[in-house]
Amino acid sequence: MQTMGMPRSAVAGLVVAGVLAAAAGADDAPIRRNERERARHALNRLAFGPRPDDVERVAAMGTANWIERQLHPNGIADAAVDAQLSDLSTLRMSSAELVARFETPILQARRQLRAERTADAGGGETADAERLRDLLPPENRPRRILEEMTQARLIRAVSSERQLNEVMVDFWMNHFNVDARKGLDRIFIATFERDTVRPRIWGRFEDLLLATAKSPAMLVYLDNARSAADAEHRPPPFGRFRAASPAKGPTGLNENYARELLELHTLGVDGGYTQQDVTELARVLTGWSIALPRAAGRPGPGGRFAAPEAEPGSFLFRERLHDVGTKTVLGHRFGPNGGMEEGEAAIRLLARHPATARHLADELCRRLVADEPPPALVDRVAARFLATGGDLTETVRAIVTSPEFFDPPSYRAKIKSPFEYAVSAVRAVGGSTDGRALGREVAEMGEPLYLCQPPTGYSDASGAWINSGALVARLNFALALTSGRIPGTVVDGRALPLARGAGSIEAGAVRLVGASVSAETAKTIARRLDGPENASDVAAATELLAGLLLGSPDFQRR
Amino acid sequence: MSGCDRRLFLKSTGIALVAGGFLPKVFVRMASAAETRTSRRVLVVIFQRGAVDGLNVLVPYGESDYYAARPTIAVPRPGSSGRPALDLDGFFGLHPSLAALVPYFHDGSAAFVHAVGSPDATRSHFDAQDFMESGTPGTRTTRDGFLARALAATPEAKPSPLRAVAISPAMPRILAGSSGAVAMRTLEGFGLRGGGDREGTAGTFEAMYDDAVAGTLRATARESFDALRVLKSSDPSGLPPENGAVYPRGPLGAALRQIAQLIRAGVGLEVAFTDVGGWDTHAGEGGSDGQLANRLRDFGDAIAAFARDLGSRMADVTLVTLSEFGRTARENGNRGTDHGHANVMLLLGGGVRGGRVYGRWPGLAPDRLYEGRDLAVTTDFRDVFAEVLASRMGVADLSAVFPGYPCDPRRRPGILV
Repeated sequence: MQTMGMPRSAVAGLVVAGVLAAAAGADDAPIRRNERERARHALNRLAFGPRPDDVERVAAMGTANWIERQLHPNGIADAAVDAQLSDLSTLRMSSAELVARFETPILQARRQLRAERTADAGGGETADAERLRDLLPPENRPRRILEEMTQARLIRAVSSERQLNEVMVDFWMNHFNVDARKGLDRIFIATFERDTVRPRIWGRFEDLLLATAKSPAMLVYLDNARSAADAEHRPPPFGRFRAASPAKGPTGLNENYARELLELHTLGVDGGYTQQDVTELARVLTGWSIALPRAAGRPGPGGRFAAPEAEPGSFLFRERLHDVGTKTVLGHRFGPNGGMEEGEAAIRLLARHPATARHLADELCRRLVADEPPPALVDRVAARFLATGGDLTETVRAIVTSPEFFDPPSYRAKIKSPFEYAVSAVRAVGGSTDGRALGREVAEMGEPLYLCQPPTGYSDASGAWINSGALVARLNFALALTSGRIPGTVVDGRALPLARGAGSIEAGAVRLVGASVSAETAKTIARRLDGPENASDVAAATELLAGLLLGSPDFQRR
Repeated sequence: MSGCDRRLFLKSTGIALVAGGFLPKVFVRMASAAETRTSRRVLVVIFQRGAVDGLNVLVPYGESDYYAARPTIAVPRPGSSGRPALDLDGFFGLHPSLAALVPYFHDGSAAFVHAVGSPDATRSHFDAQDFMESGTPGTRTTRDGFLARALAATPEAKPSPLRAVAISPAMPRILAGSSGAVAMRTLEGFGLRGGGDREGTAGTFEAMYDDAVAGTLRATARESFDALRVLKSSDPSGLPPENGAVYPRGPLGAALRQIAQLIRAGVGLEVAFTDVGGWDTHAGEGGSDGQLANRLRDFGDAIAAFARDLGSRMADVTLVTLSEFGRTARENGNRGTDHGHANVMLLLGGGVRGGRVYGRWPGLAPDRLYEGRDLAVTTDFRDVFAEVLASRMGVADLSAVFPGYPCDPRRRPGILV
């Protein structure tokens, strides 16, 4: 039993009260009611939903003031969350430490396995996989990185005071989606969120974009690390390049990253680029690669891969693989012999492009305002993006201080993603989490974190998340949460609306969900709570009432 | 070939040969007794997300340009050493990892269409999948999927809540719309847990959602609670595979096993959908062995297990595969392939005139390639589906399913009886 402070006295005969007009009663002045509605809306969109006293607190300080504070997360203390994260040691490991702990042992185990396999030709793929697992101590299994990152994301989303920051981390990690299952991204995903994305989401977009372009995670995920100039566009062999073995390493162009950079990260699919632009941009970005981790004691490859200056698992510009010819991207000429700088110039060009402003404004408005955001708002936000040199704080401010953001028809117009749903439910009942089992629940509802396979990331459209299986999973989650059946996630029993006496259902709905229930629904719930197994057990009835309310249609919306 | 690969290869071939010698003849017998058929016809669609490399699935080994374009990842000609392509018709051969499907081809229950695809030129996974599933290439504003429209075009007086099922974590675009399709990850997981008296709790949720404002949530909830009732009374997830079928471990095997359970439980299934990823082989694709070979082994073994499991019921079941586009004819600098154009489709089961590769082959000579790099599309995927939907689902008016596309029966490949 994980709920706390639950009175266990027996009561019988729940009575439904008449539906009240609003939470705090009839004497509530319309202006204050309006401010509470604004506060709740802001908490639903710019935070992962309100905790028990948040609406009153934000309304009291003024919703606009609260938003302004949230736009500057570094000024918000977050000591409790920092303390909770201190157990997750992989969050603090440097890139080199992560490689040494989670990749080098795999390479060594594989070497040992190869040695064993040469001696004994038996076994097979399955036997190999099992043997590899045996050779790898549990503390060196990279799965731990993914588990701790999932935990940390959930802990922060539930408990951080920097709520808008966590909402925007969710947005940008999805915009620059990386699937942690792709090769070495099982390692690089850690530095991608911590060192690449988080420090840059309130600065200039071009700095964020350039950092992702040079991140080992993106270079692996979209294959640019393996892209190389065609033979005719390679630098002429001289000096240390002469000894290069032609059979090793990449030998040609891979356009995967260039395409997604244009389609998803910057211009958008209708941004006016051609297949020719994709190919030429891929040529511009040849040589943008990583230094590969190596098994200890194994000499590094020589020739064109000799890179003693680069730390394993960090960005490396491989000059020998770079295309020295001239290229044209969106009418701009690059090269010849433009080196790494021409790629940086191309990325800054894309970051400042009007189509990029429009694409990002549209995506941000979809996330924060509505599935079909007002075009006038998107235009203004795009203009603000361009006018401020892509300043992301100013761009987000333009949205969240707009009249359209507080337009009442957009209240509750979005359906929560599984991540938003799970986190908002825990917050609503004043809960806290270690993120472990909660992470599995989010995955079960359809959104495993860091594991979205296509580069598009998860959909931000309301309809994408609602289907039969996912809905049943949400109902199961609500019931499990309120009855304390999610290990590591603790519900504050005092936050649950007590299922006792007249008006408890309506009061509970307003408190947990922020919406009234119809008289018809209240009657249905009351009949269920009056059932034989609940009538004598107020604790069970209280849990069930909370579960029903968190599973209700209104709580699926934000 | 390693010892492991050889054993796996022989084992899967052995299973398939037994199945092949028995099952397809039964299909034929059942098909001729169609008038007395009481069970429904079922269409099963598998989407290979990520763009499978069709040129290494159904290998044009008779064409030297194929080998010229792929120095390190080509599948060798039949009769070569190693793991060569498995000959189908003297020109095309199947990837050796798809050995389990060969007997079905030779017994006339499986067919392929090559150089098939969408006429739209996009090489974006997202757009191309969207265009295929919406059934309207080039149009992004289509709200529903073409299978949903096909279901709407064949209305039933009392439709089963499980008339259309996607075994998938999200409702796929192809079934989006007002068709009443349900999506679930697993049959086992599709049930309410907790809340004390489950019936009572389910009833309360149902009432709450009935009371909600009209829209996606209310409609989805209604479909979910109806489906929960049917699943509870028929309990398909308890049915073990039949005929000694062994599904490979992995999501596709699991999805097909559950679709077979729904069919055998008689829940009124008409359209089933599932998808399988891992085909975006930009690097280290491999030829007869390697990354793609491993994915294909799982793919072929899962489909063969499904056909074996259903046995004579396959006469009522037609399975179709598709993928958003093919991959470049030439391998890239990383022994992989980039996004291309035309691809290959598999059709298996009831009504299929198998044992043939359909479609006009455009060739892989450099001057025959689409935009100088990809296999050209000579068959529109909508013509294949037009035929499937007309002959198996009885869709009379295809203009509602593929708006703006003149579904000319003369263009249909003639794959179905």
